[in-house]
Amino acid sequence: MFPMIFRRGLVGAMLLASLASLPAAAQTEKALLNVSYDPTRELYADFNNAFSKYWKEKTGEVVKISQSHGGSGKQARTIIDGLEADVATLALAYDIDEIAERSGKLPKDWQTRLPNNSSPYTSTIVFLVRKGNPKGIKDWNDLAKPGVSVITPNPKTSGGARWNYLAAWGYALKTNGGDEAKAKEFLAAIFKNVPVLDSGARGSTTTFVQRGLGDVLLAWENEGFLSINEFGPDKFEVVVPSLSILAEPPVTLVDEVAKKHGTTDVAKAYLDYLYSPEGQKLAAKHYYRPRKPELADPADNARFPNVTLFTIDDVFGGWQKAQKTHFADGGTFDEIYQPK
Amino acid sequence: MAGALSSLAFGSVGGSAFERRAATRDPAWVKWLILGLSLSFFAIFILLPLIAVFVEALRKGWGTYITALSEPDALAAVRLTLIAAAIAVPLNLIFGVSAAWAIAKYQFRGKNALTTLIDLPFSVSPVVAGLVFVLVFGAQGWFGSWLGDHNIRIIFAVPGIVLATIFVTFPFVARELIPLMESQGREEEEAAIVLGASGLQTFWRVTLPNIKWGLLYGVILCNARAMGEFGAVSVVSGHIRGQTNTLPLHVEIVYNEYNFAAAFAVASLLALLALFTLILKTIIEVRAASQVAKA
Repeated sequence: MFPMIFRRGLVGAMLLASLASLPAAAQTEKALLNVSYDPTRELYADFNNAFSKYWKEKTGEVVKISQSHGGSGKQARTIIDGLEADVATLALAYDIDEIAERSGKLPKDWQTRLPNNSSPYTSTIVFLVRKGNPKGIKDWNDLAKPGVSVITPNPKTSGGARWNYLAAWGYALKTNGGDEAKAKEFLAAIFKNVPVLDSGARGSTTTFVQRGLGDVLLAWENEGFLSINEFGPDKFEVVVPSLSILAEPPVTLVDEVAKKHGTTDVAKAYLDYLYSPEGQKLAAKHYYRPRKPELADPADNARFPNVTLFTIDDVFGGWQKAQKTHFADGGTFDEIYQPK
Repeated sequence: MAGALSSLAFGSVGGSAFERRAATRDPAWVKWLILGLSLSFFAIFILLPLIAVFVEALRKGWGTYITALSEPDALAAVRLTLIAAAIAVPLNLIFGVSAAWAIAKYQFRGKNALTTLIDLPFSVSPVVAGLVFVLVFGAQGWFGSWLGDHNIRIIFAVPGIVLATIFVTFPFVARELIPLMESQGREEEEAAIVLGASGLQTFWRVTLPNIKWGLLYGVILCNARAMGEFGAVSVVSGHIRGQTNTLPLHVEIVYNEYNFAAAFAVASLLALLALFTLILKTIIEVRAASQVAKA
């Protein structure tokens, strides 16, 4: 009995020793952590490779970029709680405002530091339906009809879900002549048709495409196209509503973290590279609308349907206001959504 | 397993004394109903998912399966899972033995409270367990600013994952040993001391051999949970690919990337771990029973 126990202790000690030596070996190269929202996995997998190559050629330094993905609000919370992100690339500006507000790790005017509201690419909200569109869903008002099952994530945790919600609200205002009370009723009718709220956009997509729940998925444009790519155009199709919202997913340096890691230069270059021809090309390739379409591949640009878009500033007076009115505790969303 | 099943279904031909006597025999339909019910439950809830994992994992062939498991992020997840278990299990082993010793062999104030509190990790939701660590060690938490100033990372790093794992696997060894040691009492140890053995000798030569099967059983259960834990670890992980993902978290990530074959390939590792655990557990039970029979 004893030798066995001693041997086990020895193995444990060796494992501990090897664990302790791990971080030391990693310090010869620069490391960046990009904390991002749910549907950007494929984009950043590609972009990180391109940037590492570019940075190696330019400076000779090896940079290893790690990724963390999840619902945008949840990711912001994780950064506030101490996840050491050098850069944050989230779904909406409010989540980064929260990081600035609560952790003080970046200045409050972060969004003015990069061009185009710090959003190197945009997206919008479209519908993904099953092939042949059996329920005949054409526009937002079809979502409120009884008997249509709508899949969207939870606006409390998901950035995409908040864009979905606001796009529907904007449509309602536009079609009813600006009546807020009627818009609220309209949203309540849509959410009555939602059987399950996942915490992030990717969770909702798997619910719709993999588990086969629902008639229509409210999705990021890029997420809709990606699903068709992954599962085949014989299974799903994208429906473009008459009106949608211009979604601006912003990116930022998390100043204090980058300073501590000594990665400020490389992190800044990383974000700038998103605006470069290569970055814009990759964005378009992964179905994000590039800010400078002239830099992207024309064939990729041709895939984006024409949609009339409104901005959050036009209709809701910016994220701070929209968040307070609609998604804060006791806001409009809490009033209209009753879990079943 | 098939052998066990058939003996369950057909082994009753000879029947027990109860079944042979008309007075105590259940009607045949009751017997078959109960058998059918339990077997179909077993098939639907246990066997089917287990088979599904392996079928899905191998859907795209062995090549994809091997690639999915040898991918750097998957290997990193395996390594982190092993590290977490390699730290959590020995610590809980030491804690479990000492707690069981204290409770079974000594009288002290607050003993009942301690016995109850050991079970706390079983009764609290793993998500809450994870959040507790975020509240204590997070940047906005109690020790957050101190840890930040000293550049010590606990949550969203390996230490947090290890802490969460220790927390959720805390009771396994102690739970297994307390009733065993209580039933054995102190007589054998007292006899050893009277015969001149030192405390340590008594522990190695008397106590340990008496509890070794229970201890092993606890360690195996503890290890299975340590490697399989999702909820608490998910909260403190930060989900950095290749760095803070354990096997269960890696399964979720790969699944969310539409890489279903790879997700199930990694899941099959966890399923194999479960099967291996069951086999070990059965062996230990048989050994323990034969030891009791000999004694």
